[in-house]
Amino acid sequence: MSKSLNLYVGTIAGVGLMLVAAYNFADRNVADFPDNPQMLGELPAPIPEPEAPVKTAAAPEALDGGIIGAAHADNGDTKGLRFGLGRGALPEEIAAWNLDVSPDGTGLPAGSGNAFDGEAIFEEQCAVCHGSFAEGVGNWPKLAGGDGTLADEDPLKTVGSYWPYTSTVWDYVHRSMPFGNAQSLSVDDTYAIVAYILYSNDIIDDEFELNQDTLPEVVLPNADGFIVDDRAETEYSKWRTEPCMENCKDGPVEITMRATVLDVTPEEAVEEPAATDPAPEPAAAVDPAPEPAAEPAADPAAAPAATGAPDPELVAAGEKVFNKCKACHQIGDGAKDRVGPQLNGIVGREIGSVEGFKYSNTMGSMGGAWDAETLAAFLADPRGTVKGTKMAFAGLRKDSDVEALIAYLSSFSQ
Amino acid sequence: MSKETKGTSRRQFLTRAAALGAGAVAATGARAAGPDPLITEVQDWASGFGHGVDEVPYGLPIKFEDDVIRRNVEWLTADTISSINFTPIHALDGTITPQGCAFERHHSGAIELSKPDFRLMINGLVDQPLVFTYDDLERFPREQHVYFCECAANTGMEWAGAQLNGAQFTHGMIHNMEYTGVPLRTLLAEAGLDAAGDLKDKWVYVEGADASSNGRSIPMEKAMDDVLVAFKANGEALRKEHGYPVRLVVPGWEGNMWVKWLRRVEVMDGPVESREETSKYTDTLADGTSRKWTWVMDAKSVVTSPSPQAPIKHGHGPVVITGMAWSGHGKITRVDVSKDGGMTWETARLASEGQDKALTRFYLDTTWEGEEWLLQSRAIDETGYVQPTKAQLRDVRGLNSIYHNNCIQTWHVKANGEAENVEVS
Repeated sequence: MSKSLNLYVGTIAGVGLMLVAAYNFADRNVADFPDNPQMLGELPAPIPEPEAPVKTAAAPEALDGGIIGAAHADNGDTKGLRFGLGRGALPEEIAAWNLDVSPDGTGLPAGSGNAFDGEAIFEEQCAVCHGSFAEGVGNWPKLAGGDGTLADEDPLKTVGSYWPYTSTVWDYVHRSMPFGNAQSLSVDDTYAIVAYILYSNDIIDDEFELNQDTLPEVVLPNADGFIVDDRAETEYSKWRTEPCMENCKDGPVEITMRATVLDVTPEEAVEEPAATDPAPEPAAAVDPAPEPAAEPAADPAAAPAATGAPDPELVAAGEKVFNKCKACHQIGDGAKDRVGPQLNGIVGREIGSVEGFKYSNTMGSMGGAWDAETLAAFLADPRGTVKGTKMAFAGLRKDSDVEALIAYLSSFSQ
Repeated sequence: MSKETKGTSRRQFLTRAAALGAGAVAATGARAAGPDPLITEVQDWASGFGHGVDEVPYGLPIKFEDDVIRRNVEWLTADTISSINFTPIHALDGTITPQGCAFERHHSGAIELSKPDFRLMINGLVDQPLVFTYDDLERFPREQHVYFCECAANTGMEWAGAQLNGAQFTHGMIHNMEYTGVPLRTLLAEAGLDAAGDLKDKWVYVEGADASSNGRSIPMEKAMDDVLVAFKANGEALRKEHGYPVRLVVPGWEGNMWVKWLRRVEVMDGPVESREETSKYTDTLADGTSRKWTWVMDAKSVVTSPSPQAPIKHGHGPVVITGMAWSGHGKITRVDVSKDGGMTWETARLASEGQDKALTRFYLDTTWEGEEWLLQSRAIDETGYVQPTKAQLRDVRGLNSIYHNNCIQTWHVKANGEAENVEVS
């Protein structure tokens, strides 16, 4: 942390000057103002001076006793420059937002779950993107596997193979998942889901009770696989040298690889130059760049339907429900196929009819059109209704959600 | 905005460039075949009216520039909701990136958070946990700085080999704006840091209001130094996609830490080790161990023109090579350019003196007679750090680091003026 200390000196001086200038225009009534403006070199600091080695070199020199403000005074006056702005945060407010969890378990709420229970919850909440066995669907992250691949050409980084701390998994699932419906999981469900992910990676067994006490004790396989940034030693020392200006390479310079060979650049952006020389082996796509996949052609943009306008309130409610679908389906202007097909005009559309989308065999050969009735049945129980459907979503439990969602879907025509 | 009304299409440009590049026209002393009707005839615009004021209350670029836009590489990510696009750096000059074409990176989409709905909480090891409204923030003394913001993954697709054909795609996860905001240390002091004790080993955890809960841990030393809680960029409010109404600015450090829609700063006695600082934004080395806390963006540069999306479209003779350079360690002091793949170098002209942790524009005013170039640029910063080659980086890190690829980029400029992303020996 202290390797680049000296770089900040100039900034601090400049900042100090600006602080002074700004201070003079600020609301003086709420802060102690120095008795003698000539002495602004000792402008009370907003912060105590951190102890060495932090910042000891940073105090700027006063120029001719002029108006140069020290951003950090030496007197350790922690009351310093306060403005009396803001208000005290209430305990309930802090509790609502202060959710982060640290590796030692700090921040974990009381609760518990195991992988056995977690499997069903994972299936309902996570499998649609992450696969039933946490193996990932399409481009969505794989959460399991990849053991021992980190030194390979194309490492598979999962919770089991890469993540250093169990706390991070819990924290992320709890605050950021499911995608499009974050912060909807209960504490116990979160424990259960995390237990299932750990179980999928053969880290705990399916009866292991994951709770606020046991979770920090679950050590992930790659916990010791990280080192703190060592560029200062391994790189900077080598590259802070006088650069060569002439005859800098041994042999003649030759082209060893060409981007046009891979042909993965979005087309409208670049006219294709005629590549003449054959190039050596193409580069592998790098994470976060998975295999370039052929994108199905986008359907023409759909406009909201004007026919038999559905109840706006119901549509609005349906839009919220659609958050559960968003991870895989698009609807509206410019909607494209993702994990699932685009849904413009789905109400009234022939079943399994989006050109270029790979449906399950069942869905592809069903025939007929989606109407409110068939959609309602499918949305309530996708896999019970269409055996073998690729849609991993468990279904909507509430009839009111189904009704609202259909109203929302029907507000987008083809 | 119809294409018919565009002066000249890109394709026409390129076709013409190819013809010119073949040496059909000498660059100097070109003679007109006849009088130019654009000069000899009275044009509509010289006779009638243009638009009155208020035609467009908030202006967009003229239609002739409608290809200067952010672009996405669809196969990169599973969904645009959690994805990135790229600044059209090949078409820009100067150093300030217009907000409207500055790259976007979201983890859960760009949310609409109004100023009245904005709250910023300071909690943790502070004397008095506080909540600020947007209006509160505007009452603290402000600062103004220009800083670059570069995603740690910029150029990340090029680790294993030349892959994307355009500076926009290889180097476009960057923007450079003039920010107005309140130093984070001012807000921390307002809450009081006595409770934190010795600040040396303390951290702040910063978090956004969107559904991704993107959060990062920042060592206190940096938090007290130059981190800014910003609400204006390039003179106007932040754009939604850049964190309106308030984002964090962490000068010189990777873009992921510049938390958007900032809602909370917690003073802590250790790092949270959140998802974005463990499973992502860590750099795996050849032996499988990974670096963490690689926050600083090292010195880097790229020639933006000529480049694959900005070929040489004129004949032989004078040509301006331009590009940009930046360093998370401080100021750029020098940029060298090579036309022969790094065998010989000449020092470019900096458009203005380098600024701390901000983009610097460089020019090399030169001539081109249709010879092939292997065009490179090499940035040097005030610490003496010299931008490394791809080979140098790979020697230390292998091919799987993903992040922090600040290698020297090579464009192969061909006889017809077109350019391609290549790697050289």
